[in-house]
Amino acid sequence: MNEVNIMIVGVGGQGTLLASRIIGNVAINSSYDVKLSEIHGMAQRGGSVVSSIKMAEKVYSPIIEKGEADIILAFEELEALRWLDYLAPAGRMIINKQQILPASVLTGQADYPEGVLEKIRVSTDNIISIDALSVARECGTTRAVNTVLIGILARLLDFPKEKWLASLENLIPERYLEANLKAFETGYNYIQ
Amino acid sequence: MVLKELMLGNEAIARGAYEAGVTVVSSYPGTPSTEITECIAKKYDEIYSEWAPNEKVALEVAIGAAMGGARSMTAMKHVGLNVAADPLFTASYTGINGGLLIVVADDPGMHSSQNEQDSRHYARAAKLPMLEPADSQECKDFVKIAYEISEEFDTPVLIRLSTRISHSLSPVEPGERVDYQLKEYQKDIGKNVMMPGMARKRHLIIEDRLDNLKRFAEESSLNQIFWGDRKIGVISSGIAYQYAREAFGNVSFLKLGMVYPLPEKLIRDFAAEVETLYVVEELEPFLEEQIKALGIEVIGKELLPVTGELNSRIIRERLLGEEAESEVIGVEDVPGRPPVMCPGCPHRATFHVLRKLKLTVVGDIGCYTLGALPPVSAMDICVCMGASIGIAHGMEKARGRDFSGKTVAVIGDSTFIHSGITGLIDIVYNKGTSTVIILDNSITGMTGHQENPTTGYTIKGEVTKQVDLVKLGEAIGIERIKVVDPFNLRKLEQVIKEEVSVDEPSLIIAQRPCALLKKANYSGYAIIDKELCRNCKQCVSIACPAIVDKGDQIEIDDALCNGCMLCAEKCPFDAIAKVGGSDE
Ligand SMILES: Cc1ncc(C[n+]2csc(CCOP(=O)(O)OP(=O)(O)O)c2C)c(N)n1
Repeated sequence: MNEVNIMIVGVGGQGTLLASRIIGNVAINSSYDVKLSEIHGMAQRGGSVVSSIKMAEKVYSPIIEKGEADIILAFEELEALRWLDYLAPAGRMIINKQQILPASVLTGQADYPEGVLEKIRVSTDNIISIDALSVARECGTTRAVNTVLIGILARLLDFPKEKWLASLENLIPERYLEANLKAFETGYNYIQ
Repeated sequence: MVLKELMLGNEAIARGAYEAGVTVVSSYPGTPSTEITECIAKKYDEIYSEWAPNEKVALEVAIGAAMGGARSMTAMKHVGLNVAADPLFTASYTGINGGLLIVVADDPGMHSSQNEQDSRHYARAAKLPMLEPADSQECKDFVKIAYEISEEFDTPVLIRLSTRISHSLSPVEPGERVDYQLKEYQKDIGKNVMMPGMARKRHLIIEDRLDNLKRFAEESSLNQIFWGDRKIGVISSGIAYQYAREAFGNVSFLKLGMVYPLPEKLIRDFAAEVETLYVVEELEPFLEEQIKALGIEVIGKELLPVTGELNSRIIRERLLGEEAESEVIGVEDVPGRPPVMCPGCPHRATFHVLRKLKLTVVGDIGCYTLGALPPVSAMDICVCMGASIGIAHGMEKARGRDFSGKTVAVIGDSTFIHSGITGLIDIVYNKGTSTVIILDNSITGMTGHQENPTTGYTIKGEVTKQVDLVKLGEAIGIERIKVVDPFNLRKLEQVIKEEVSVDEPSLIIAQRPCALLKKANYSGYAIIDKELCRNCKQCVSIACPAIVDKGDQIEIDDALCNGCMLCAEKCPFDAIAKVGGSDE
């Protein structure tokens, strides 16, 4: 049983918590020991948010430390750059090509860094980037950004596709399910 | 096979309460403890649950329920236990009848707290047993054991959590609810009325109880030894145990599930079997000092930090000599992303005016504390819940009327009911002249939207009586009370100016619902008419996350904007209009 550490980073309100639970459920239904760690509290108010999912035969610490993430699922470019040091040397990044400006940038006190993806490429070649917001919109709801990204992730992991679909059906409210299944499918077929 | 479910530590505590047959839960919200009581209210109708006005009342309700023969529980964050400390110390003397459990969640690293005090000290100070689970399954199991201890030893029991236990999910095996029979209630003055004569006798019993609990700790399965390589032994508990286990691998561990009182003999025996002994604990050297007092040599806080969270990397670096930051990709500094007031937040308007008036603002705890951060930076002081009012009064008494004429206290509705009202009574009673602004957004916002006595709803969403803040102010003797919509910036400014200048106490109630509530009733979004806009940046000055200053022009992000139109109120050129929504 391979040990897998996945980190999800983004901005409060982007649906990162739901994403980590969908992944966690797939793992637990595949007889892995799993620990998910989330930081709540300030999450609603547009702050930087991070959650981690660790799966292995036995997991002790719930947190992923610098240099330990096998996969980082970044919902936003600046957050991808911020958490880059958590990526393991051979780790992969899935990056949503979306930019959400932090308060300091909005009010002109700081600049949003230019060429984030190029900067990340200096450290690692293992990047999959996608405009998940547009994909989600085409699938019927901008709220499906997280399922697009999960679709890509599913392709990189060894779990059978049915487990992913079951987890989505379990955790996504009925009325958004159709759009989300479509979004997942698009993500799943994004890389060959 | 029973199917395991992924649960938050907090959800597992709630599940444990359900399975243990608990029937009464009273709590006050506070990160990271809030989901315990929320989950009970949402999932387990067999349990009566409520939000109390503060943690002291919550514990008192739980004590009452336990004395009345039920199994009861209260949950709070670490600083909440300061508020509840008074009943805690004496409930230790009276003991219980039905089981009583107090769950306290610490926040090492201060993810969302004003300090990182270590609650374990309370167990020792109040002479109460304390358990510390290390994952969600243990959260559930320890709750059930806590009730057995509580009833066997006639004592309230504490469970200590920390953010990484409360807010981590791990597998839990659900079980059945026991059918707990209400214990008989009998009047017992010697036990339940704590006057000096009775309390002196009770104190002796409490000391005996502690001895009995120590003996229990020696035998209990809560404390476990895992033998591995005996060159190294590690004593640890809770989340720190998980970090230590990951960092050290196959050495010997004494995992303490009960962190007070300690099993002295078990510790001595373990120490005797290993060559080098480490104590790994987050925050204070609570275990370490007690173990050293037994004359046992251990390595702990001389190498490990007493501040912030631990993790296995820190342990590997400090105790195992691993090189710092090995195998880590370097990153450049990127702009931070602290939390901000949401678009449409009523507090934004109030702080905009306070900043403009250059007042000394004594703040309090809630979403509005974000008013202290740039670019608004309109808060001078914030200590603990409810403190704004007393501090403003104290400053007036120290620096005089001229100073108080330029000072206001600001406090949220939940915080005012929690512990602001007593400060306000002090001002009136002792002839202060301070101006207090209640930021009434109809909800306990900061902790994720809990009802409170000013909202008119219970934890279950049932309609109930609503505290009338105006009448409350009148009843305690305040003669100047104004209710204002903070989005009426001019009016708010005028009212604040007037009230700080009068020689008597005033209460301003800035009333507008939280932007995330349905009743905020925002719709559509704002756009800037490029023809009319002169780029004066007045709209930028309100610091709304939807307004983007591009230097030579200003844009409004239609995905973030909710059409609150505060920016339009600010615009001197009528260049901002609403698109879509109900009142187009
Ligand atoms: C003693 C104590 N209990 C609980 C908390 C957690 N807490 C922080 S702010 C807050 C309430 C905020 O509500 P309110 O005053 O209505 O302001 P809002 O966030 O809605 O603006 C709570 C419960 C705390 N910091 N201290």
